[in-house]
Amino acid sequence: MTTLSAPPAVSAAELLAILSARQLRDGQVVFAGVGIPLLAATLAQRTRCPGLTILFEGGVIGAFIEPGRLPPSTNDQRCTTRANMVLGSAEVLLLLQRGYVDVGFMGGAQIDQFGNLNSSFIGDPAHPKTRLPGTGGGNDIASLTSMIVAMKHEKRRFVEHVDFITSPGWFDGYGSRRERGLPMGGMFRVVTDLAVFGFDADTRRMKVVALNPCVTREQVQDNTGFELVFDRETAVTEPPTPQELAALRELDPGRQYIA
Amino acid sequence: MTVAAYATLRENLARRDRSLREKVMSLEDAVSFVRDGDCVGIGGSTMSRTPMGLIWALIRAGRTKLSCARSIVSSDGDLLFASGASDHIITSWFSQGILWGVSKVMRHHVETGKAQYEEWSHLAVGMRFRAGAMGVPFMPIRSMLGSGVLAQRPEAAEMICPFTQEKVLLVPALNPDVALIHVQRADAYGNAQIDGLPFMDIDLAMAANRVILTTERIVSNDQIRRAPDHTKIPFFAVDAVVELPFGSAPHECYGVYEPMLRHMEYYVGLANGDPVNGMREYLDRYVYGPESWTAFLDLIGLDQLLTAARAGRSVDDA
Repeated sequence: MTTLSAPPAVSAAELLAILSARQLRDGQVVFAGVGIPLLAATLAQRTRCPGLTILFEGGVIGAFIEPGRLPPSTNDQRCTTRANMVLGSAEVLLLLQRGYVDVGFMGGAQIDQFGNLNSSFIGDPAHPKTRLPGTGGGNDIASLTSMIVAMKHEKRRFVEHVDFITSPGWFDGYGSRRERGLPMGGMFRVVTDLAVFGFDADTRRMKVVALNPCVTREQVQDNTGFELVFDRETAVTEPPTPQELAALRELDPGRQYIA
Repeated sequence: MTVAAYATLRENLARRDRSLREKVMSLEDAVSFVRDGDCVGIGGSTMSRTPMGLIWALIRAGRTKLSCARSIVSSDGDLLFASGASDHIITSWFSQGILWGVSKVMRHHVETGKAQYEEWSHLAVGMRFRAGAMGVPFMPIRSMLGSGVLAQRPEAAEMICPFTQEKVLLVPALNPDVALIHVQRADAYGNAQIDGLPFMDIDLAMAANRVILTTERIVSNDQIRRAPDHTKIPFFAVDAVVELPFGSAPHECYGVYEPMLRHMEYYVGLANGDPVNGMREYLDRYVYGPESWTAFLDLIGLDQLLTAARAGRSVDDA
């Protein structure tokens, strides 16, 4: 059924899900947000990382999402299918604070050169042009563990300075997390439909780790509102395999998140 | 916003009738426990175990100026803002759901200054209820520090820990005047059992000065006593019990029904299509129009209720 309805090309959302799934390692404990992160974490669990433990902020440890039954948020009963444990939302967030979570994984609306994320306000917070939904657990995850962010690459989303820091990256560079009282965690990877990014070990500025297939340095820079750091040689990511694509489309046959 | 003095907190509790007595009443009588201007804690999270029937009844009763606090707010927040029942929502995330983008109703009310969305991190909301439940004035946490979210919240205070000399953030206790909570089953005294995800409901119940329960079923005290490990809220914290089947509709109740997504999609189309007139139409048709909660369910339609119930019961299949 899925093969009949599946479009031939890889959508931007599918590429995001597959490339960000590759950032996860077997045996990790990952705290995943809804949408692409949930889908990518589940994809990793079904392919390379059978020992991945997925946490949801609704209060789930060891989630095992059923194909074709993706939850509309991380607080729904569908998140609990075959889980190891359900617990309170404060309790599951406290696992981040205690240190049980290896990596946090979420989407982003606006990001800056130091990986700070904004999901609260576009424009002046006192008189916002747009009030966005807010942090949810995003601030807690970004404050307390290493982060992977999956988001669409657009110039208006990749800005020099975010309008508002909802979920902290490296603030204004090396050492500034610790100074503000956040000695642990920090932005680790940003995955977009153009490239995979890390952060320079000294300056903590966003740096290209690998270009997506058929994408040039110029394309990435032209779609970014600040100057990116490049190594002399830039790696190129392997394209999605048919196995990855098939597994992903089986998880989301209704194309709820991968359209 | 101020944190209640401990003596006040204790006096409020001491004044409540905490005797072992039956508290079953109608939805309309139960919402008389809520007064204009109260701080109302709302149980559940996003589209799960939302006490929609109680919110529906509060709006119909014409309550105004409520401050509402919830872990994550979905269409319940739209209804509270658009009806004028609330002009202040305390939460960590406010939109109908990630499937539908940003709530135009939330945007309209906040961007025009008609109402306030007071944003805290999800953990901070939880620790504020936790402090309230513990009878202490604050809890220390290690998130929110350095962020814009904290810069907007003068109610929180940074502190250097006297034991470790580390920076921590103190978030103030939140003791709502009244908590609205929907559960799968409770007895007539208010012993409440919750299946599945508990969210912040236990802390919320213990923090609040009054607790109103709606329950899918009222069961006997004997049935509660057969599985006391499922009881999450003790009777002496509860002031009213209302039996209200499908009391979270069109949201979900774990193990009983999943969200009625076709109704939600219809609702979001109206609300985000026109946050003023669309909401007026929805409120007239679905909140003020029906003569009872059963009549409201009738408007959602048997087909949707059965589909949601069939999916809800599938938690037993795995």
